[in-house]
Amino acid sequence: MAKHPVQFRLNGSDRATFVDGAENLLNTLRRGLGDFAPKYGCGQGTCGVCTVLVDGEPHLSCLTLAVACEGRHVETASGMADGPDFHPLQAAFMDHFAAQCGFCTPGMLTAARALLAKNPNPTRDEVVEAISGNICRCTGYEPIIAAILAAAGSSGARRA
Amino acid sequence: MLDVRTCASLAEAAGILSGDRQALLVGGGTLVMRDVNEGRLTDGTLVRVTDPALTQMSLSGARLELGAGVTMAMVLARPELAFLHGAARAIGGPAVRNMATIGGNLFAPMPYGDFTTALLALDALVVVQSGYGAGRPVPLEEFLAARERGSQGMVTALQVPRPQNPQHFHFRKISRVKPKGIAVLSIAAHLPLAGGRVAQARIAYGAMAPTPMRAKGVERALEGRALDAATLAAARQAALEGTRPETDAIASAWYRREVLPVHLARLLAGAAR
Amino acid sequence: MLEMRKDLFADERDDNLNEVGKGSQRQDMPGHVTARTRFFDDHAFDGLLHLKVVRSPHAHARIRSIDIAAAARAPGVKRVLRGADVPVNKNTLLSLINFGKDDEPTLAVSKVCYKGEPVVAIIADTEAQAHAARKLVRVEYEPLKPVFDVEEALKPGAPVVNETYPGNYFEYHERFDHQKLRFGDVDAAFARADQVVEARYQMSPIEHAPTETNGTIAAPEHNDRYVVHSCAQGLFFSLGTTAKILNLESNRLHFIGGTVGGGFGGKVDSLTEPLAVLGAMLTGRPVRYVLDREEEMLTGSPRGAERIYVKDGVMRDGRIVARHIRSYFDAGAYTRLSSYAAIKCTAHIPGPYSIPNVSSDVYVAYTNRCPSTAMRGFGVTAVDFAIEVHMDRVAEAVNMDPMELRILNAYRDGDMKAHRRVAKNTALIECVQVAAEKAGWPLSDTARRQTSVASGGAGERGQIPATVIDQRGQIGRPDTRTGGPTQTLPAGTTRIALSKEPVMEGARDGRAAPTQVPRYEPAPRHEPARAQPPAYAPQPAPPAPSYQPASPPPAPPAPAPSPAHTQHGAVRFSSVFGTRRR
Ligand SMILES: Cc1cc2nc3c(=O)[nH]c(=O)nc-3n(C[C@H](O)[C@H](O)[C@H](O)COP(=O)(O)OP(=O)(O)OC[C@H]3O[C@@H](n4cnc5c(N)ncnc54)[C@H](O)[C@@H]3O)c2cc1C
Ligand code: FES
Ligand code: FES
Repeated sequence: MAKHPVQFRLNGSDRATFVDGAENLLNTLRRGLGDFAPKYGCGQGTCGVCTVLVDGEPHLSCLTLAVACEGRHVETASGMADGPDFHPLQAAFMDHFAAQCGFCTPGMLTAARALLAKNPNPTRDEVVEAISGNICRCTGYEPIIAAILAAAGSSGARRA
Repeated sequence: MLDVRTCASLAEAAGILSGDRQALLVGGGTLVMRDVNEGRLTDGTLVRVTDPALTQMSLSGARLELGAGVTMAMVLARPELAFLHGAARAIGGPAVRNMATIGGNLFAPMPYGDFTTALLALDALVVVQSGYGAGRPVPLEEFLAARERGSQGMVTALQVPRPQNPQHFHFRKISRVKPKGIAVLSIAAHLPLAGGRVAQARIAYGAMAPTPMRAKGVERALEGRALDAATLAAARQAALEGTRPETDAIASAWYRREVLPVHLARLLAGAAR
Repeated sequence: MLEMRKDLFADERDDNLNEVGKGSQRQDMPGHVTARTRFFDDHAFDGLLHLKVVRSPHAHARIRSIDIAAAARAPGVKRVLRGADVPVNKNTLLSLINFGKDDEPTLAVSKVCYKGEPVVAIIADTEAQAHAARKLVRVEYEPLKPVFDVEEALKPGAPVVNETYPGNYFEYHERFDHQKLRFGDVDAAFARADQVVEARYQMSPIEHAPTETNGTIAAPEHNDRYVVHSCAQGLFFSLGTTAKILNLESNRLHFIGGTVGGGFGGKVDSLTEPLAVLGAMLTGRPVRYVLDREEEMLTGSPRGAERIYVKDGVMRDGRIVARHIRSYFDAGAYTRLSSYAAIKCTAHIPGPYSIPNVSSDVYVAYTNRCPSTAMRGFGVTAVDFAIEVHMDRVAEAVNMDPMELRILNAYRDGDMKAHRRVAKNTALIECVQVAAEKAGWPLSDTARRQTSVASGGAGERGQIPATVIDQRGQIGRPDTRTGGPTQTLPAGTTRIALSKEPVMEGARDGRAAPTQVPRYEPAPRHEPARAQPPAYAPQPAPPAPSYQPASPPPAPPAPAPSPAHTQHGAVRFSSVFGTRRR
């Protein structure tokens, strides 16, 4: 079967590869381009460990056709740190013990990053909503919520 | 093997779809790709449409027109569509809403279809295109009946009459997981009030039948009446008429029947205030 | 948040703690937040093949025929595996410590015993090709009557789930259809008690639902070994299991892992390792076998459901004088770790209470459900739930405050437990007191004055009572389940520690088998004191792993000098791997 060429910007670098027709973006990133930050947890859209940003918006890479990313800007958790320096969200996750097994962490960070890009001072409810598509089986979520609020420098209180 | 075709125009896609029984349109792919990933869909062609017409919205007239490729996130980004925000926000997490289309929601099997449930209570029309040629608007209820019979066809747009008073439109989704989860059931109600009486009531249920359905018994019980205790009791009495819920991982058919009248009564009581 | 109660047991603790009570960063945290942590699937291989499994759609069926011809010809397919391709197609996990009989095939051959049981494996260039080929495998089944209820399964005439255990129960000590505990004379005590409180508790199976599904990538290495990136929680346990099933020397397997995307007990079964390595052996290429989410939820083993009957004899003043527990573990179709769960359960009975007469009968029953396995405290959690709910019922029955009832019956240092070990480091009384204080729950002055360190072991509390034993439930003889007592052991009788006996006696299945028949001798006198650990060392499983590759069957190894001889402290059954000092 013919392979389809696809080219997009991944964490700031232009990348090109060939994919099988119905291949999902998750496989292309992991097996084709070697970016193992997005994980496979369900392939059904329910767990969020495969979350990446497409043109700045969170998408589930397991449900995204790789060919649909032609010419777009894909970002994963691999690209969050600024060289050797942690992104504020990464630092806050470390400080708040917001990862145990770490499997949900790249997806959580990506969902949180999308939230803070749009809403730098979220309420607790907005944080909960932002990660509502991401399952964590280890932490019970509270440390993650605390970390995101801390990264935003937000108390999490409701706005009037 | 499964392949993908990308079409730059709606007409091209419609042509492929009507000529090839193994061709399947992908909208946001949130349902189609599950079948691909789990190996249920292994043959045929996925048809992608990049035609900008599919994501167009015209929101000025009395009848709003939304392209079938409009996503839940796009609906949420438009203040003119505020009356639909409750239904759009009820679907998945932020990533799902960035992908899930309103066209795909028309085909989502039970217990999905929350947005379609809302549209059903608004007397929306579905613009269906089969083969080349112009699309044909079909009442949503008729469209869903045809869908249950297995009829296919490409949806290019949805036409939604703007409710005269958005306050008269209500949507409620019942799920077990907070802040959100798949529907136990959902209820949409359009209850225009004229002189304190309901005129042209529309009630729709999601997850109470294989497709979203109109609750015609309830509509009759409400028609021309004030939303008082007697009317509410009558509506509650008629709540289960025509329902055919299923048992799935979210709830049993028994549970759905059991709780529907309660949630309907709460919605109506809220509307009466 | 965290509160250190230094007022409790202050004289027993060295408070020069370096880490406890202070925050310190985990070593793996930077890897997690930068997404550089490598889980088993995060490894790139050239020419990676993908393995997918055809599973049984039936809970119980005979396999009439398997036709793989069309699948083998399908595009991209490199190899199709059936049971006959698996070198040692029967295993039980704890065979590594000689516990139980091999009962589970890697790929089913003649019958399937649960819905989702693997039958055929397909290895192809892409996942999509493996999926497509999976649809081409034709398996003809003859459905058999299934059994789903533990007590139904144990009835004579029930469908035989697992042919290795034709009575549908795990066999203990080569003698009994259940695991026994006998301490004192419960029947006499029930007759004497003011009230008898009985209830039934039913648990549900629970799926671990780890965020990372089970999976393995195996690849040939240059030095005639296979590198295996595994999700296993017990990496060397999985290595041993894989070596046995594939009949390989274990030094040809290079397992890499320990970074697990959530396990909770669900990654000890080696669900994917053996087939992935077999695939790599037969294709000469890297093979990846990862369960998809549906497989993980439906066929990844859950926490086993248990049914527990608790019967307590209680005096008007709240003292519990007898406790009998009858429990049924739902193993599903194969043993996995349920045999061990029942031992853990037995070891936990009667809970943290000083009860002079205790007995239990714990059955492991096979049903046509997905095999169950380890999960966070399995064997103990469920019986604890039952016991604690039952304590509330008892409190209600004697009209007593539930917290006071617990303090009254709590064990204290020096008390003799039902396993003929002296309780030490007990702290239930203090836990209940602190819980009551935090909850603003009023306690009587008497209850508040109690302590775990005083008045334990006094008089009868420190003694092994005269104990009635029986031969109920002999293997293959369900008619003996209702038999009466056969013997009364005099007070003070304890079991000879197995570690003091020759470890191996006789052979079974060509392998050395442990002696597991209890023998009795009068107990040595022990001082009930915190500092003095008891001499008795119970050992429910044999200490020395003696697995040998299957063919040719080796002579049973000479018994290794028992490690217990050199030990002074108590030895206890630890994790799945046997004994450790405490
Ligand atoms: C985690 C998760 C949570 C979800 N939660 C909800 C929820 O709460 N409520 C809910 O209603 N749904 C939910 N869904 C289901 C689904 O995301 C939505 O129903 C969505 O609207 C489907 O749209 P899509 O564009 O992704 O559909 P697709 O997967 O692209 O398509 C679905 C079906 O519709 C057909 N189709 C799509 N577009 C057209 C068209 N224009 N013309 C003709 N046929 C078309 C496709 O051929 C396919 O058969 C959820 C999904 C996921 C993964
Ligand atoms: S793997 Fe994509 S949502 Fe779970
Ligand atoms: S840290 Fe394990 S799933 Fe979140």
